[in-house]
This record gives sequence, structure tokens and C-alpha cells, in this order.
Amino acid sequence: MSSHPIEILRFNTCGSVDDGKSTLIGRLLFDSKNLMEDQIEALERSADITGGGQINLANLTDGLRAEREQGITIDVAYRYFATPRRKFIVADTPGHVQYTRNMFTGASMANLSVVLVDARQGVIEQTRRHSYIAALLRIPHVVFAVNKMDLVDWKEERFLEIRDDIEAFLPKLGVLKDVKFVPISALNGDNVVDESPQTPWYEGPTLLGHLEHVHIASDWDLTSFRMPVQWVNRPNNPKDYALHDFRGLSGQIARGIVKTGQQVMILPAGIKTTVKQIWTYDGPVGEAFAPQSVTLCLQHDIDVSRGDMIVGLETLPGMNTELHAHVCWMNQRPLQRGKKYFLKHTTQTVQAVVTSIENRINFQTFEPESEPSELHMNGIGEIRLRTSKPLIYDGYATNRFTGSFILIEQGSNQTVGAGMLFPPTEPVKPEYQDFAI
Amino acid sequence: MSSYHLDHLQYLETESIHIMREVAAEFERPTLLFSGGKDSICLLRLAEKAFRPSDIPMPFLNVDTGHHFPELNDFRDRRAAELGGKLIIRKVEDAISSGIAVPTPGEISRNRLQIPTLLAALEEFQFDCAIGGARRDEEKARAKERFFSFRDSFGQWDPKNQRPEIWNLYNARVNPGEHMRVFPLSNWTEMDIWEYIKHERLEVPTIYFSHKRQAVRRGGQWLPVTDILPPKEKEEVKDLVVRVRTIGDIISTGLVESPANTVDDIIAEIAAARVTERGSRADDKSSEAAMEDRKKQGYF
Repeated sequence: MSSHPIEILRFNTCGSVDDGKSTLIGRLLFDSKNLMEDQIEALERSADITGGGQINLANLTDGLRAEREQGITIDVAYRYFATPRRKFIVADTPGHVQYTRNMFTGASMANLSVVLVDARQGVIEQTRRHSYIAALLRIPHVVFAVNKMDLVDWKEERFLEIRDDIEAFLPKLGVLKDVKFVPISALNGDNVVDESPQTPWYEGPTLLGHLEHVHIASDWDLTSFRMPVQWVNRPNNPKDYALHDFRGLSGQIARGIVKTGQQVMILPAGIKTTVKQIWTYDGPVGEAFAPQSVTLCLQHDIDVSRGDMIVGLETLPGMNTELHAHVCWMNQRPLQRGKKYFLKHTTQTVQAVVTSIENRINFQTFEPESEPSELHMNGIGEIRLRTSKPLIYDGYATNRFTGSFILIEQGSNQTVGAGMLFPPTEPVKPEYQDFAI
Repeated sequence: MSSYHLDHLQYLETESIHIMREVAAEFERPTLLFSGGKDSICLLRLAEKAFRPSDIPMPFLNVDTGHHFPELNDFRDRRAAELGGKLIIRKVEDAISSGIAVPTPGEISRNRLQIPTLLAALEEFQFDCAIGGARRDEEKARAKERFFSFRDSFGQWDPKNQRPEIWNLYNARVNPGEHMRVFPLSNWTEMDIWEYIKHERLEVPTIYFSHKRQAVRRGGQWLPVTDILPPKEKEEVKDLVVRVRTIGDIISTGLVESPANTVDDIIAEIAAARVTERGSRADDKSSEAAMEDRKKQGYF
């Protein structure tokens, strides 16, 4: 079968309540012919009961009973569809202020964010908040879909006005590199999959056209090898004699490329050794790269366990117990200074205490407010932490996987915070020792 | 495309392997739910990829409703043995005799009765995690579930209070009596599953391929005629050339008329399909929120 797409693009949709996120996803599925007859039948059934006969495309993603009753989306819903060019994983993330944490869930792995803006309302606090989060999460590509253009008579001036408003605050976010604007009507399908006759003044691609063609091959970080050790692979009494001394270190490569024969360092021990073999189920390979899951066999029998990191020597990560990070708070109980949390970073879980809350972001101005006493649900700010064991890390801006962590409340086991580390002030300086006896 | 690039199956595979290894590393007593169906066949291959050359570090568990297709159970037993895995089977029949599962009067379907049987098995072996083959593209309630889906001490799923799941940092912490359901195939679609089966040359039970079977028409579907599901009076029994697209119990699995004899045929059939996979499952049709309700009680 050559008809199948070979690349996956993950994106999320965000915007305020009633901006039409679910309708947009429904429209993408419907117009790209990714809906099946029984799904359309189910839509029609619910339309007869609740919608006075009109199909409501939002019902496709609003899956839970409570959502249908209240007409809102209460959690992240994932959708899958494909076109001849690509496969898409879509996270539909709700727009209510109180559910900002879900945007983190939906967007943290995304290549691209679609931020919906209601053409009648223009930029509101939610637009700023979602743009800020997309920038903070370093989503590589962002599309502002100016929706409900039909309700402003498809006026180009209105579209340009909104674009100018957004472009006025984008520089404050700093890091958004690839930003596009598309005028659409999700309800009627204009510029979603098919080009709209209503916008002769718009020369860009349709939303789907952009999703199909945006360049994502370089979204993965192929510099500076890092592999957190996930699981030590040591066969118990293997029948195959050759495996008696097998000792593999399994993990998913977080950054970069590793090659057989390459020198690497094991942290936190700081010991240098060589990659003897890159073992996979399908046979050994000469090199492997992010985000592949592999098993490395090293030249020397070193004590390595889960939570350690195998790194390339070209640039070393930081290693510290004193950390500086942005955090998004996700729980009803606010972030408290001095309280102990579990912190999970790569494959290691340690204890952490928040030593100070430096600031909190005001989403009207994007200005940080200094030294708040607490950080409440959906608040984002800078904190300082101390951990019980050193983290081996890069700045989040450099790498999503070695620069991120979650905080877990002890006792309730709830995931209460998502953290993005500032770059280390200096790389780890181990007492360089080649493995030698 | 550069050589440092993963295609969609490789991407899904590496994500799933990462999740499998997190389970092995974070839980004390995990199990893997293996039915012999196509999704769990892929799960086992992913487990091989995650853990070889070591043994797969967890036993397999199956809840036998007593209404399984015999071909499925044969395949299940054989595949588990080939992999050198320990297979635990707990039967709904036994759960009924011991009073753990109580059928309502006239209830023929074993679908609901799987729930207490499964929960009792998890408790019996003190499993703190069960890996399942559910996919988010199957159904609306599943579309909202996390990779690591927390269950309270009653085995219940609380969709409104799920743990946020950010990056690839999975929160695996549970207190005694609670457990986690983990779904490494969450991001896979039906098409991905078959493409993977093709790519990995995986064997699947014969009932996925075209064969002859006697069937009756009920509720808009063709159901297989068996001892458990005899034809009703005046009901016409037809000899059809069919296959199953998704396997549930033998009394609720709709047969699809199909000449598909190979995995390639099946892939072509799915590509042209006009209904979803679960469109052939009577258990999901009972109400708009059927799956949501069952999941809340502890369903797979």
C-alpha cells in the first residue's frame, strides 16, 4: 500500500468557550472524509433529540455525558485522522479558564497549536493566555484561526485588525517562530479543508493545507546525545549462552544521535565509557536517534540504574539540586512554599521543596508580578526548588524531555504542577575519569 | 525525508515501548491483558521489543467470559506459550458460582459480568497495574482517557478528575488497593494496528479472515449461530462468507461479509470502510453513553 501517509503531525486546538474548537475538529474530519457512516448516524440521532434536527459537529468530540448535557468540553479529547499526505493526532483542549491545565496536557507533545479567535470578539484574555502557553511550551508552530468570519461579513479589515492585535503582543512572548493566520468559518467549512470563495483577499493555504505541508522534520532535537536510563535489561538464566553476560540499558533517546563505538558519559557518576552495541529486537544497529527506544550495551561493566543518564560528550547537561523553573499549577490546593512534593524528571523521581515563588504571570499585560504568596490553579510563574538528589538536565528551551518535570502531591498522588527548567548556569564538571582499573 | 526520521509506525512503536518500560520500572506487580485479539497481539510484540532479550517481566491475564470464540482462546493459549509467558485465566462462570458476579434475571450477555471478574482477579494477584490494548480512536469515552488511567479502590474511572498527563512524564503512583490501567496503544488507529501486523508479520486468529459461517440477522447485524445463540423461530439462517472486524463475545460480535483473505485485503477493506470498527459491536450500541458507564465501573 503506497497510499499511506508516513509522517505524524500532532496538534492541539485551543481557544475560549464557544470559539468553535470542537466544531472545527468535526469539520476537519467531515470535510476530509474521515467520518464513518455510523458516526454520522450517531450525530443525526443526537441531533434529532437535542438539536432540533441540525447536525452538531461538536458532538463528535464532546464525548462524555456531562459534556453533552452542559454543552462544554471538560477534558482533553483525542482524535485521529489521515489524509494522503499525513496522519494527524489532534488534542481538543478546552477553553475555560479553570481548565488551562488541560491545554498543557494536550499541547505538551504537539508540533503545532491552533489557537481559535472569535472574529467578533477579537483578542481576549484566553487568546493571550493560550498564546503564552504555546510559547512557554515551545510549540514549534502556531496557527491563529480567526473563526466565525461569516459573522463579520468576511471583512478583510476585521481579519487584519485581529492579526495586528496579535502581532502586537507576540514580541513579548519572544519565542514563537512560525506563526500563521487563517480566516475561517468552522461551521460552514470555509478555508478549513476547502478554499473559501468568500476570501479572495486571502492568499494563504487552508488550515488543512497548512497542517499537511508545514515542515516538521526538524522539530526533533538531534544535537547532543541524551538517554535517561529507564530499565536495566539483564536476562535471568537465559537459555542462550551468549546472553549470560548481557547487560543492557534500555531507554528512549531524548536528544541527539548515538553511534556504536561512541564515547559517552554516565551521570551522575561522571564515568566515561564506550557504546559497545545498540541492541534492538530487530537486530543491532549502528546508530540510533531521538525519539527511538533502544537498549545500549556499554564497554565496561559499570553500575548504572534507572534515573541515571547516558550523555554525549560534545555538550554536557547541568547537574544540580538547586533549580529555577517556570511552573504551571494544576490543582485546587495552591502551590505552597516549603511543602514537599515528589518531582518526576526523565526517569527519576525525587523529593523536592519549593524554596521561593519568584513571580506570577499577569495574562493581561504578560508582566510578571513579584513575589506572590501562593500560586493558584492555572497560575504560571517562576519558582526555585531544591531536590533531594541532583537532576541531570538541559534547559527546557533546548529540549522538552530533559528540561521538563512534573510535581506530584504526596499522599493524594495527584499531578499538581508542570515545570520547565531554565538552562543550567554551567554544565556538569565531573572529575573526568576514563573507566580504568 | 532525512534518515533521522521516524515514519508513523516507528513513532507509535517507540512511544508504546517507552510506556511498557515505564510500567515495568514503576509498578511492583503489573500484568498485561491478553485476549488473543489483534490489539493485544500488537501489545505482545511491543512487549517483546521493550524487554528482549529478557523475559517479558509480567504475567498475561485474560477474563474468559465463556462466550469467547474458540479460535480466539486456542490462539491465546498458543501465543502465550510461544512467548514463554505465564497466562492467568479467570472465568466469569466461576465468578458467578462464587457469587462475585451476579447476573440480572434473564441476562445472557457476559459483558457486564466481566467487570467484577476482572476486579477480583486484580485483587487476587495484588496487581497494581494492568496493561490493556484499548485505543482512543475506538470510541468517544476512550478518546478522553489517559495513557496511565487511575482506578480507585473500587476499580472506578473518574473521567472528570483525571491526572493531567504532560510530555512523556507518566505519574504511576498508586496507594495500596488502587491500581492503574495503562494503554500503550492509545494513539494507534485500527489502520495502524493492521499495518503493524503486516510489517511485523504477526499471526492473528483465523476468524479475522474470510470464512464460511451460519448467521442470523438481528438488530441490523449478522450474528454467528452457535449453541449459545440459536436461531429464533422464523428466523432465517444464512450461510455467509464473513470475517470479524473486532472481536467481542460470540453473541454480540457482528460479522462482516467479506472476501478478505490476507492482511493486505483487510488493509484495503479498512481503507474503503464506511463504518467504524465498533459499529459492529452490539455492546456499544445500547446507549449513547454505554462505554462511559461501563468504564466508570471498571471495564477494560
